[in-house]
Amino acid sequence: MSDEPLLRVSNLTKYYGSRLGCADVNFELYPGEVLAIVGESGSGKTTLLNTLSANLEPTSGEALYRMRDESWRNIYELSEAERRFLTRTDWGFVHQNPADGLRMTVSAGANVGERLMAVGDRHYGKIRDTALDWLGRVEVAADRIDDQPRSFSGGMRQRLQIARNLVTGPRLVFMDEPTGGLDVSVQARLLDLLRQLVGELGLSAIVVTHDLAVARLLSHRMMVMKGGHVIEAGLTDRVLDDPREPYTQLLVSSILQV
Amino acid sequence: MNAVANYNFAYLDEQTKRMIRRAILKAVAIPGYQVPFSSREMPMPYGWGTGGVQVTASIIGPDDVLKVIDQGADDTTNAVSIRAFFAKVAQVQTTTHTAEASIIQTRHRIPERKLEAGQILVYQVPIPEPLRFLEPRETETRKMHALEEYGLMHVKLYEDIARHGRIATTYAYPVKVEGRYVMDPSPTPKFDNPKMHRSEALQLFGAGREHRIYAVPPHTDVVSLDFEDHPFTIQHFEQPCALCGAEQVYLDEVILDDRGGHMYVCSDTDHCEERREAGHVGVLGMKEAAE
Repeated sequence: MSDEPLLRVSNLTKYYGSRLGCADVNFELYPGEVLAIVGESGSGKTTLLNTLSANLEPTSGEALYRMRDESWRNIYELSEAERRFLTRTDWGFVHQNPADGLRMTVSAGANVGERLMAVGDRHYGKIRDTALDWLGRVEVAADRIDDQPRSFSGGMRQRLQIARNLVTGPRLVFMDEPTGGLDVSVQARLLDLLRQLVGELGLSAIVVTHDLAVARLLSHRMMVMKGGHVIEAGLTDRVLDDPREPYTQLLVSSILQV
Repeated sequence: MNAVANYNFAYLDEQTKRMIRRAILKAVAIPGYQVPFSSREMPMPYGWGTGGVQVTASIIGPDDVLKVIDQGADDTTNAVSIRAFFAKVAQVQTTTHTAEASIIQTRHRIPERKLEAGQILVYQVPIPEPLRFLEPRETETRKMHALEEYGLMHVKLYEDIARHGRIATTYAYPVKVEGRYVMDPSPTPKFDNPKMHRSEALQLFGAGREHRIYAVPPHTDVVSLDFEDHPFTIQHFEQPCALCGAEQVYLDEVILDDRGGHMYVCSDTDHCEERREAGHVGVLGMKEAAE
């Protein structure tokens, strides 16, 4: 991990009219670090993720991002063209429902290749080779490259979505419940894969999840949200083993034991 | 003058023509950009060329000579009825000869004869948005045009190659105009795409149902999109036209009987007739003459 953070978030607040989405969020994210945002449904974690990924405009506060040229830019002050370029090259966004993040009517190869073509790749053979390489890395069989994601299982779709996001070598990936809706054995395999990829590529990631096990496996640090506020933050193991806030203690103690 | 009903010259009222001319001027100023305009109801159904008819009605003058083609032919329903329409509401001279026409309204073809400076080619366009079938949201496609995000267009070509081993799009083949806007050249066969490149004629596109006008001014670069390892190619026909023997032209297949008999003839009827008058004969044309 480098000494300088990748993302600096200060006093980030988002209101929907008079209703609070999330308030006064402050944190720094370092290269190679995985941050989990946990909390119950309605606690503002998805609002926070959508605001951080510039899908939503915050009501106040700023998020400074260290660009590839080492300059610090407030992501809400980028022009739309710059922001869209950033989100499809240096960032990735893994949706809970793969259908939201994939083009369901074009083949798996084109799904992976789209970002490459968007940044100006115009050599079919090279695009296809890269797509094949990435399908291999996320354990999708090479002979499925020309199949549409419609014919894929839930787990395969999610892995394809991950490949599609990582193909341009992003430095920061946002994930919204990446294992939601998958059965337990598929979840385990996906988590394994994610952990391996994050480690290999030195990615930073912000993962929203309601599943504390996912946070435990993937993340280095975590933030616990309740009612739009961050009530506790710290190293994942510390927060889960020694929760300080009563709400966090409740959350940790409500995990089902088999 | 008939006191009961009188059409204004060329059917549309002057204010409407003014509005459409402004849209056309803007379209010419920004080659390939789709300019919204307030499309009017025309006395023909959508899909019959209401966009092209409105463009033609706005630019036509009493001295113009109009030619109308449908799939290259001057004698099909769509072409005949639009030609009759303008003969009636604008009393203009009409022709079937490409060289004599000052305005050519077309559905799906560009004439084989090279167009000259001063001529205007008006296209009837069903769906002006080249990104439409990949991105259904209009707000999003407009943004993509504005920010020049055309990667998606190549996704379509990629899919073609992945499925068919080559770029299988044969009509409405996307082009980039003057290095900026990606444009749908209306459903013309890709055979005609190279003719748009640096054409001496002004090319206007009208989409009535979709309320869009766009244009390619004379001498403008029109480049068909492709991949480095799968370059753009046009259709090639193995035999020449059966009637006039022309090669390097776009041919239509005509079924002759119910036993599999067929022939290939020029899609551009005027071109074919002119060649036959000049003494060129094809395989079947010769037989016809001998009988």
